[in-house]
Amino acid sequence: MMDWHEVLFFFEVLVGGLLAGLMYSLVAIGFVLIYKTSGVLNFAQGAMLLFAALTFVSLVNYGAPFLLAFVATFAIMIGLGFAIERTVLRPLVNRPPITLFMATLGLAYVIEGAAQLLWGTQVHRLDLGISDKPMEIAGLLISSFDLVAAAVAFGLVAALGAFFTRTRIGLAFRAVADDQFAALAVGLRLPRIWATVWAAAGFVALVAGLLWGARLGVQFSLSIIVLKALPVLLLGGFDSILGAVVGGLIIGASEKLAEVYLGPYVGGGIESWFAYVVALLFLLVRPSGLFGQKIVERV
Amino acid sequence: MSFFKFSKSASLAALLALSAFPAFADEQHFPLQSYRVGPYASGGTGFFGGFIDYLNLLNDRDGGVNGVKLTWSEGETQYEVERGLEVYERLKSAPGIAAWNPLSVGIAYAMLDRVAEDRTPLVTLNHGRTDTTDGRVFPYVFPLLLNPYSESSGIVNYIAERAGGHDKLKDLKIAVLYHGSPYGRETIPIYELLAEKYGFELSQIEVAHPGNEQQAQWQTIRRQRPDFVVLRGWGVMNPVALTTAQRTGFPADRIIGNVWSNSEEDVLPAGEAAKGYTAIVSVSAGTEAPVIQEVTEKVYGAGKGNLADKARIGSVYHNLGVVNGILNTEALRIAQERFGKRTLTGDEVRWGFEHLQLSPERVKELGAEGLFHSINVTWDNHEGEGLVAFQQWDGAKWNRISDWIAPDWALLRPIIEASSEAYAAEQGLKLRTAEDVDKVATD
Repeated sequence: MMDWHEVLFFFEVLVGGLLAGLMYSLVAIGFVLIYKTSGVLNFAQGAMLLFAALTFVSLVNYGAPFLLAFVATFAIMIGLGFAIERTVLRPLVNRPPITLFMATLGLAYVIEGAAQLLWGTQVHRLDLGISDKPMEIAGLLISSFDLVAAAVAFGLVAALGAFFTRTRIGLAFRAVADDQFAALAVGLRLPRIWATVWAAAGFVALVAGLLWGARLGVQFSLSIIVLKALPVLLLGGFDSILGAVVGGLIIGASEKLAEVYLGPYVGGGIESWFAYVVALLFLLVRPSGLFGQKIVERV
Repeated sequence: MSFFKFSKSASLAALLALSAFPAFADEQHFPLQSYRVGPYASGGTGFFGGFIDYLNLLNDRDGGVNGVKLTWSEGETQYEVERGLEVYERLKSAPGIAAWNPLSVGIAYAMLDRVAEDRTPLVTLNHGRTDTTDGRVFPYVFPLLLNPYSESSGIVNYIAERAGGHDKLKDLKIAVLYHGSPYGRETIPIYELLAEKYGFELSQIEVAHPGNEQQAQWQTIRRQRPDFVVLRGWGVMNPVALTTAQRTGFPADRIIGNVWSNSEEDVLPAGEAAKGYTAIVSVSAGTEAPVIQEVTEKVYGAGKGNLADKARIGSVYHNLGVVNGILNTEALRIAQERFGKRTLTGDEVRWGFEHLQLSPERVKELGAEGLFHSINVTWDNHEGEGLVAFQQWDGAKWNRISDWIAPDWALLRPIIEASSEAYAAEQGLKLRTAEDVDKVATD
């Protein structure tokens, strides 16, 4: 006979994994935004997340009210987005994707260094006023913080969905994503669109940075959160926001279940690489990811 | 600055660089493989800041050690092994090197052969490879105050004290949550041995590096229902452990942190979740010790303090750096008594470390009473029988809640010797004897 406690425990691990996966999705969405419109895998997304969280918490520590610090950080992220477009992307227009990827890799180090130079290297506590104590729902212990983070992730997806389908600039983003040359031909200004999308990715970095910062403390390790987002992107597809969410859910749940049920047989500590195993298995079946656009090229 | 002035300065800098490390009389040099940026910068800035603050204090107050001025140079490692070795190679030509203090297990491991060849001491305060405690095999390596095995034994002794005696341990379940790295795994065999000896039920659970996700591990812990969890973390793993423990309903006062899970940086990000958390120390936090007050008044008062933020004076890492300064310079002082008050060779400083015996009275004279207990290094025991204490976080500061406790050295020594002898056999090294201690290279 099945032990009821074991069944409850299984679901607790599963739900915890799904909620953790949504935290990964928050980071992955930033990647998707930029990839979707410019075809660039922005490795600097983690560094942007660190920069946003560190800027926000430093402003709060200097006495700025929460809302002011949020708006000021967002303004700084917009400035950063425009600066990146002007100084890095524009000079590299029409270069191969690997060049652009390497540029973002370099950018990641520059942003990390600048963040530490500007705001120092100390670890900061970030209190968003959201309780992280467990609550019992249907016999399962679930973190209230994780529920709020999940709600924010869904809210962000809904807002981005509306933005892409209901606004002129959103439609322009989609046009650029579909065909850059056609978009140029109908008069869309690519540099402005790229700058705006980098600013939007900056906003996503700020939201993700605040939630992850509240969870881990605002510290350098925030920049390596990208490693959690990569399997999500591989699985969900690099250009699909929905894919980032579904990918996050699958990765989160499978890595937690693997850690609990397989880990003890192989020495534990497997979740970081197990996520990549899952992503690679999906990749073998669907090379463009679950929701990624299939690219057919004439050769 | 005008172009010409700039050119002049640049030429002067180039000239200085060409004549790098000019030899001065009566100076003893500390090359520092520090890390002031990167993921572990908060630990690096605190530790190296405290170390430099103490060297500055001695220079300004006493003119160095018996008139020998203390100097230092820094190379940034970001806690990365390859950078640490590059800094070693770059700085090792400096004259009058006293000792290396990389504060990194990885860098220390990679330097073992090099320091033996270059005959310069390598200090790994509170960390490092456990079997380097055996001076018969590792003459130049000093895991001062506390090696990982002593730390584990000290923690189990403290748990026994809380449970009401060692005989009560057999009724307990203890889970060890460790960092997925060579550092984290170092104590796996010793906890197994201690569980076997005292009869407690043990589970050891690994957290993948860097440790920013621990939901699954803490759910497993909740299922196992241990009485205590030993947290053997590093960096971001520590606050995440505390917040995840709270999320899964495990009380913080039943979590005992190891010596690299005991700083302000480990608890502050966790907020309320860290309240009641207890951790082992070999060096206490706080500003009460006279030497810390002297550093504050004389070094920071003169505007020479190394910490950017004065609020960090007396923090765990800063005090650790100050004590590291005390141990290094006292080894110099002891060696000077034997070899003369002059710049010493690395091997002469090694002799000083092998006679580094500071009684509680001497520690008091140095203004470090309450900061650490004592040390008793000998030629074959390079750890020096450091005692440990336990501190508890009250939400704002650490408070010491135990007396100084001794680890079970008699139990640990045979395991250390077995490991070091195996290393010696593998490397073809001859075991040193007491007669070898006084064979000192003077070049």
